[in-house]
Amino acid sequence: MKRKNEMVSITTGVVIDEEFGLSLVELCRRFAVQRDWIVALVEEGILDPAGPAPNEWQFSGESCWRVSVVLRLERDLDVNLSGAAVVLDLLEEVEKLRQRLGS
Amino acid sequence: MDYKDYYKILDVKRDATQDEIKRAYRKLARKYHPDISKASDAATRFKEVNEANEVLKDPKKRKAYDRLGSNWQSGQEFRPPPDWGTASDFGGSFNTGGAGAFSDFFETLFGQARQGGAGRGRTFSMRGEDQQAKVVIGIEDAYHGTTQTLTLQKPQAGPGGQVHMREQRLDVKIPKGIRPGQRIRLASQGAPGHGDAPAGDLYLEVAFRPHPYYRVEGANLYVDLPVAPWEAVLGAKVNIPTPDGMVTLTIPPDSKQGSKLRLKGRGLPSKDKGDLYAVLNIALPPAKTEVEKALYEQMAQEMDFNPRAHLGV
Repeated sequence: MKRKNEMVSITTGVVIDEEFGLSLVELCRRFAVQRDWIVALVEEGILDPAGPAPNEWQFSGESCWRVSVVLRLERDLDVNLSGAAVVLDLLEEVEKLRQRLGS
Repeated sequence: MDYKDYYKILDVKRDATQDEIKRAYRKLARKYHPDISKASDAATRFKEVNEANEVLKDPKKRKAYDRLGSNWQSGQEFRPPPDWGTASDFGGSFNTGGAGAFSDFFETLFGQARQGGAGRGRTFSMRGEDQQAKVVIGIEDAYHGTTQTLTLQKPQAGPGGQVHMREQRLDVKIPKGIRPGQRIRLASQGAPGHGDAPAGDLYLEVAFRPHPYYRVEGANLYVDLPVAPWEAVLGAKVNIPTPDGMVTLTIPPDSKQGSKLRLKGRGLPSKDKGDLYAVLNIALPPAKTEVEKALYEQMAQEMDFNPRAHLGV
């Protein structure tokens, strides 16, 4: 987009809870992780894909965010999957309470 | 470059045991982890803590660091002693915990050999790290959409393979209808990938600036609406502000303190449109003049009203 002499480039993103449709293969590729590891996240309840079977799973943008947090918690704090699930739940709870407090 | 006091950063004594250092590190890493801490300087503190640990957890690096002596002050201008060995003396690799580049101080003393972090369950990859940032907007911005300018710190590899943080400006479109706490994924705006691999993504968390009279819950907006006792009892039409402009609200007769009146579709314009709730707050009219006092006295005499009936008194 060019306006006068100034280049203005505006980056547009996707609101992640409105983004849908990543397959298991695509999710694995995006994070360079193995299929079994993602399946474990689903079994732990960390990810909640739409679709009945792994080959038909559809992951949301929210799932990508969660994968990214779990990877960091594992790497930086040695948190295991059930620990990461607890952390994610508590973070969500804190976020809700913060919003209610308006802070 | 500035001297870094790694003992101070981990809040341990200079003669701390390796176990004490490990405990101090783990405690601070949890405290300042950017996914957990909401402190605005969490990412910076986390990086410092990791850098300090990288040196102090390794007896060889720690010994070399101790040789610099204890007379240095944090932030003091520092030059390495002439007899300082080369970085390769310290061998091994380190990982910055995804916190981006370590300081110039660290790079000069121990730098170079590095390798991306690989978490468990993760195959080797050179895709750039995902990054996160926060943007704070006003409630009105969510009604109309806005463009926000972010200033990001991005790691960038120099010609010698050393990584430096560089500032980057990014103009980001915030769509109409965004709700607080939602995240926007900006593809490929995270840390650059290594080699030909793609960059990571940037996750932008949207927060709302506190508003003097609106509160947001999900897509709904709440506003406390003061009303006079006679407006609540007899009913009234009052003007109330909304982020979209003034609207007239009908207060039905016999309204109670705390009743919520809904203005459908006047909340945040998300995909599922939110509503605006006016929460009635009955204001007490002061009685300053004799006439006003007489009105209260008349009410006291003529009204059968016990505000404490529910207390059983």
